[in-house]
Amino acid sequence: MNSLWLAAIVAGVITFALRLSFIMGLERIQMPAVLRQALRFVPIAVLTALIVPELLIQRDGTLALSLQNTRLLAGLLATAVAWTTRNVLLTIGAGMAGLLLLEALL
Amino acid sequence: MSTARTEFLAGVRAEIPILLAVISFGLIYGVAALSAGIPASLAQAMSFIVFAGSAQFVMVQLVDAGAPGLVIVGTLFVVNLRHLLYSASIAPYLQHLRGSWKALLAYLLTDEAYVVAIVRYQQKGEAGNRHWYFLGCGVALWTTWQASTAAGILLGAQIPPGLPLDFAIPLTFIALAVPIIKDRASVAAAITAGVVVLLTMDLPFRLGLIVAALAGMVVGVLVEGRKK
Repeated sequence: MNSLWLAAIVAGVITFALRLSFIMGLERIQMPAVLRQALRFVPIAVLTALIVPELLIQRDGTLALSLQNTRLLAGLLATAVAWTTRNVLLTIGAGMAGLLLLEALL
Repeated sequence: MSTARTEFLAGVRAEIPILLAVISFGLIYGVAALSAGIPASLAQAMSFIVFAGSAQFVMVQLVDAGAPGLVIVGTLFVVNLRHLLYSASIAPYLQHLRGSWKALLAYLLTDEAYVVAIVRYQQKGEAGNRHWYFLGCGVALWTTWQASTAAGILLGAQIPPGLPLDFAIPLTFIALAVPIIKDRASVAAAITAGVVVLLTMDLPFRLGLIVAALAGMVVGVLVEGRKK
């Protein structure tokens, strides 16, 4: 079990170092304009890369592009709600309710 | 100029709708950690030390699968590489702060804190106290995460296993992503990242995530055109 504690501490140090890297080190480097422009796309690019596998990749690692895929349908519903309402709570609520309903039906 | 107090409270308030999802994820993290054979004390300590929900979940899965420590640490590094992008993206707004502030905000730089805080930083107007907004986001998420992982560890088996609580996190990301799609370039960045992440699913250590994010950023810049 001691090796697990060690892994957790190393993981914590790595995570903190990644988060601190540019925040602490930026004074010493000059960021090129094109890099600054690219960084504006970090939120949308990372979030999409986090969302898409959750909706389309099944537990066994295969792609599920079908109307039987309840997570995909619920995710699309949530996207529509987010688009029309821009309300975080409504989006999560609609997606969750949609998934529970679809799983009961399909 | 808005005071430190109003900025802090606005940051807390902005996270409140997200907290329900954080609670859901914290609960199932606690349950999953115990069933993977991780002791309760370590499961909770990971929430303090690592403070990164999805990375902690990946660690639990790897421990459950009996992966060696080096594989666990290596995978965690790749999964958390996106924080390097967050750090680079938010760093210009934090340059006026003292080192202790920078360290504190870096520790609190989760997905949910980053996206909400960066949207605030990009708004126009007097920005002198916006680190308090960021701190409000971080503190709201931190306390909720610690409490909900503790609850997951304590309640354990009493939480019905059939509930798709894990789905709350991608739903949160959808709620945060849709409003920041503002122009053709961000649409292109999103589509690119989404397609590339599917094409790179087979890469080891979940490298696909960071490859997809970088591809999305490149296409975003190309579609927008170089700015002077």
